[in-house]
Amino acid sequence: MSHSMSTKKVQRLDRVVIRFAGDSGDGMQLTGDRFTSQTALLGNDLSTLPNFPAEIRAPQGTLPGVSSFQLHFADHNVLTPGDAPDVLVAMNPAALKANLRDLPRGATIIVNTDEFTKRNLSKVGYAQSPVDDGSLESYHVHPVALTSIAVEALASFSDLTRKEKERAKNMFALGLLSWLYTRPMEGTEAFLKSKFADNPDILEANLTALHAGFNYGETTEDFAVSYEVAPAAMEPGTYRNVTGNVALSLGLVAAAHRARLPLFLGSYPITPASDILHTLAGLKRYGVATMQAEDEIAGVGAALGASFGGALGVTTTSGPGLALKAETIGLAVSLELPLVVCDIQRGGPSTGLPTKTEQADLLQALFGRNGESPVAVVAPSTPADCFDIAVEAVRIATTYRTPVIVLSDGYLANGSEPWRLPSTAALPDLSVEFASEPNAVNADGAPVFHPYQRDPETLARPWAIPGTAGLEHRIGGIEKADVTGNISYDPDNHDRMTRLRQAKIDGIAATIPPLEVEDPSGEAKVLVVGWGSTYGPIAAAVRLARGAGARVAQAHLRHLNPFPANTGEVLRRYDRVIVPEMNLGQLAMLLRAKYLVDARSHTSVRGLPFQAAELADVISQAVKEASA
Amino acid sequence: MTTDLRMPLHLLPADAESGTGSVPLLEAGQALTKKDFTSDQEVRWCPGCGDYAILAAVQGFLPELGLKRENIVFVSGIGCSSRFPYYLDTYGMHSIHGRAPAIATGLAATREDLSVWVVTGDGDALSIGGNHLIHALRRNVNLTILLFNNEIYGLTKGQYSPTSRVGQVTKSTPLGSLDTPFNPVSLALGAEASFVARTMDSDRQHLTSVLRAAAEHRGSALVEIYQNCPIFNDGVFDVLKDRTQAEARILHLVDGQEVAAGDRVVVRDDRGALSLVPRVEADPSRIVVHDVAAQDPSAAFALSRLDSPDLAHVPMGVFRDVARPTYDDALREQVASARTVEVTDADIDALLAGRDTWTVGG
Repeated sequence: MSHSMSTKKVQRLDRVVIRFAGDSGDGMQLTGDRFTSQTALLGNDLSTLPNFPAEIRAPQGTLPGVSSFQLHFADHNVLTPGDAPDVLVAMNPAALKANLRDLPRGATIIVNTDEFTKRNLSKVGYAQSPVDDGSLESYHVHPVALTSIAVEALASFSDLTRKEKERAKNMFALGLLSWLYTRPMEGTEAFLKSKFADNPDILEANLTALHAGFNYGETTEDFAVSYEVAPAAMEPGTYRNVTGNVALSLGLVAAAHRARLPLFLGSYPITPASDILHTLAGLKRYGVATMQAEDEIAGVGAALGASFGGALGVTTTSGPGLALKAETIGLAVSLELPLVVCDIQRGGPSTGLPTKTEQADLLQALFGRNGESPVAVVAPSTPADCFDIAVEAVRIATTYRTPVIVLSDGYLANGSEPWRLPSTAALPDLSVEFASEPNAVNADGAPVFHPYQRDPETLARPWAIPGTAGLEHRIGGIEKADVTGNISYDPDNHDRMTRLRQAKIDGIAATIPPLEVEDPSGEAKVLVVGWGSTYGPIAAAVRLARGAGARVAQAHLRHLNPFPANTGEVLRRYDRVIVPEMNLGQLAMLLRAKYLVDARSHTSVRGLPFQAAELADVISQAVKEASA
Repeated sequence: MTTDLRMPLHLLPADAESGTGSVPLLEAGQALTKKDFTSDQEVRWCPGCGDYAILAAVQGFLPELGLKRENIVFVSGIGCSSRFPYYLDTYGMHSIHGRAPAIATGLAATREDLSVWVVTGDGDALSIGGNHLIHALRRNVNLTILLFNNEIYGLTKGQYSPTSRVGQVTKSTPLGSLDTPFNPVSLALGAEASFVARTMDSDRQHLTSVLRAAAEHRGSALVEIYQNCPIFNDGVFDVLKDRTQAEARILHLVDGQEVAAGDRVVVRDDRGALSLVPRVEADPSRIVVHDVAAQDPSAAFALSRLDSPDLAHVPMGVFRDVARPTYDDALREQVASARTVEVTDADIDALLAGRDTWTVGG
């Protein structure tokens, strides 16, 4: 598609936030994905936020059935999917109604008028169409008969039913938006060609609808201006766009490769973690074995069994599944075997909000097992960071022979951003040494193997895998005697083993980077500390607050157990510490308990990431109070 | 030493027919003895426990397999029987309640060179771990599962189990159990098990012959072992151990032979139902001849229903032994056929890049 044909005015913008919204069957996630991919290839920095209901197809045209996809792209560094959309594409009245409150005045709304029927309007409680009754007059509304124009464009497709033609309306909308924001469509064309390779009619229809949308923008008088957003200045390198779940999957594969271990995933489907199972199931060519287990417990059990045999055992889940896996993770603590447990958090308690984000499993990850059962806990801060955190989790698990819990969440899992590709050869060397010979002698001077004789530096025990002659040994969940690993009920031994297991986890702090503080002024009295997916919103809020003159420092924890060694020292440097979290203050509780600092919580559990502007107000207020 | 344990590029030339076909054998001329399989740990079951006899039988049988000892692994759950791995000088894991089949599945799936055994009890396998057991059987993972059935919870001191009989008075059922018990053999057959057998702790010879058949079987082999708990359910199988009574009660399942106990034989009626009748009254054409390899599991299932709660007649032996693809072999095959070459750093680089990349110049 050539853009030079356009006779319309092209205006340059520095950033745009678009939200595509429609019925959950309207293909909004796909539309958003494709628009994102086009935008990424253009070199903008970006961040995305899909938001969809748990129901696969909630009743059509209703508020609970609305699915949306938000994309923020810019000619500069982007930290969040954007607080408020500049443009809303509403495929029906429900999509308009559900999203209108997020729109600032002056925003652009493109509505699919074909769906604004009496019946659809009344389904969501509109007596009159808001497009006609003047209630949207503070917005720029573009009423477009998306469905009927798309169907019209497909008039020559005599083999397709009307329903099939209607389904192409999302491609029409994508074409229109591609024109409006000057996005290249070749990537989407290639995508459609591969997706519908076996169905030439549907392929042609989608391509035709896509181009019809583009041409509609070009010719209709309703759109007088199109926009362009210049590429962002980014570090040199090769980039791709990546979601958190894909990055996490790739990180596990790359880490297993660097560890020279076969990757075994035992998993049970659960939202929003299932995409990791799907992704890894397609990577057998890299030596990855995946097993869809009968339940969450079997998933982690099979992973632990694989680890016992010398594989890299991994299990993936969300909060309810982590609860079910707790006993097996406790067993892994006792067996002291490597195990990676990925918890893609969602709203809780219980089933909670399966498709919405939250970070309320922190305390469950740290303490949700019987007994003193310490495990390492790490959390990625952005979708792309899921790759690095997976590598780090594998490093800790294999070095220290311990379960490691990775706390991602629904926002990171489904959200995406550009990722500068690492070089596999430059990733850390994670190769593992299995025990190969006896490590002690018995009273008679004969060589014997002591499965709990620890490495003095890491306190890790040997990883002695079945098949190794002379190292036959038995391990289990009953307390073991220090060194020999035999069953022991001795009180002093239990006290010693409990402290050793804790000391081993605490000792990980020696190999993790110190907590870094970002404070351009060097004079901040207020520190904002976060963990996990709040990184983007916090960084955006800090940027806003600084723009308004506030001096504020930011630090972000990727290691939650143990914390970086300098954490207490960093916290004590500031008059005021603010901890924004999508829970009721779990990290704040840990920081207060561990370091005796007056860390103050700012919390939100709405199933959505923080809004930068709202957080910026909280920060500015704290800065004002601290300097008063 | 670093061992490259990655999935083999090609499957070992395994004897696909045998349960231990892909496990390394001892060198020629080498042999192990019962003593080699006896660990240095003091055995701590109650005096008179049936587990001693089973342990002795297993320790006595394992050398017969001719496998390298280090390639044998016993995985257990929780309960008296699950202490078993501590007493065998092989690799072993005493895991958590009910989960042994799941853990063993992960181990078997990633290590075809291991002979993996699961030791479990009626509470462990059929109550808390029921889900894992049926799914291991359905998948046909190459595991030998020894289910010690004493019809009671021993380690928790005498509550009724999912195989306790209706009306049984225990600490938790002072007025008698209300639960209908599971028949472990029927359950396993219903879960698509490819090998199901029943034997008894006290009959060393029969137990050993069943272990032999189970180890030979490639796929999940479930062996129910009637086992006496002298403390909380003593003598529950005594009528089967008393030679004079046993003859009339035990229906020996021997491939190709009539199913009979004493002077009675099993006959099949027009509708397929089985019953036990005096041999002199039986229509010879209706006498059931056991076929362990019958693909249709309904004959084996019908035999499993001949159990009577009072042990008036109990089928013993191998109910079913059929060849069926195993989950772990198939999983390895999928990985091996997808992974035709060694994965290099460059392959991983290409994987990370995916299809849509863009480059920002320096």
